[in-house]
Amino acid sequence: MAYLTDLKRAVGMGSAREGTKRHWSMTKSSVALLILTPFFVFTFGPMLGQPHDAVMAYFARPFPAIVAALMVVTSFMHFKTGVQMLVEDYVHGLAREITIILLTCLSYGAAATGVFAIAKIAL
Amino acid sequence: MADVNRGKRPLSPHLTIYRPQMTSITSIFTRITGNALLVAALLIVWWFLAAATSSEYFAVADGLITSWFGDLVMTLSVWALWYHALAGVRHLIWDAGYGLEIETAEKLGLAVIAGSLVLTIITILAV
Repeated sequence: MAYLTDLKRAVGMGSAREGTKRHWSMTKSSVALLILTPFFVFTFGPMLGQPHDAVMAYFARPFPAIVAALMVVTSFMHFKTGVQMLVEDYVHGLAREITIILLTCLSYGAAATGVFAIAKIAL
Repeated sequence: MADVNRGKRPLSPHLTIYRPQMTSITSIFTRITGNALLVAALLIVWWFLAAATSSEYFAVADGLITSWFGDLVMTLSVWALWYHALAGVRHLIWDAGYGLEIETAEKLGLAVIAGSLVLTIITILAV
């Protein structure tokens, strides 16, 4: 450690290049979610506790189905990046990599499951 | 020159010595609400999967999500959703370079708290 120069210690530790990209992707998904959230809350919400037939008929309509699918995909992609920031702040070492991998898999898995289920109901 | 004192320098005071402030608490809650929303999101995906699978499976998922415990989780999640959304708007305002004065930032924090409560009540009444 004592023989490392300041430059050697800094190289490869990450500059602003990729961080701004991630920040911009979060900005885009957050604006998308601001539009989607009210639509989703007030289409999906009233369906909770409804009979199965009614739910199937409702999500066979284009608007509720498209809003629900977009909401599931966008929110899980937003979550994937957001939770990665959380993990990077509080988890260290190998546990950090493992946690990020697991939560990334969970995000894609949940998004795919949601889209599959909504498509199956809608089609 | 390499820094010979690296690793031996005194640390500046961190989180533990600060009095909780409007700005820090509303910021921490943005993170907590955003990540806690995972629970509701997974419940909702499960609800959709159950609906797509069968009437019996749907009854199980819908029964759990509308039980008293499900209602509690969903009600808290509605608040978390609106809080996170409004706090996100505050971040977009800051990112654009506005509202960064301490007084304005504190007012925005109050607006986020009040706004999220109002939107939660509206959602509960309307849905």
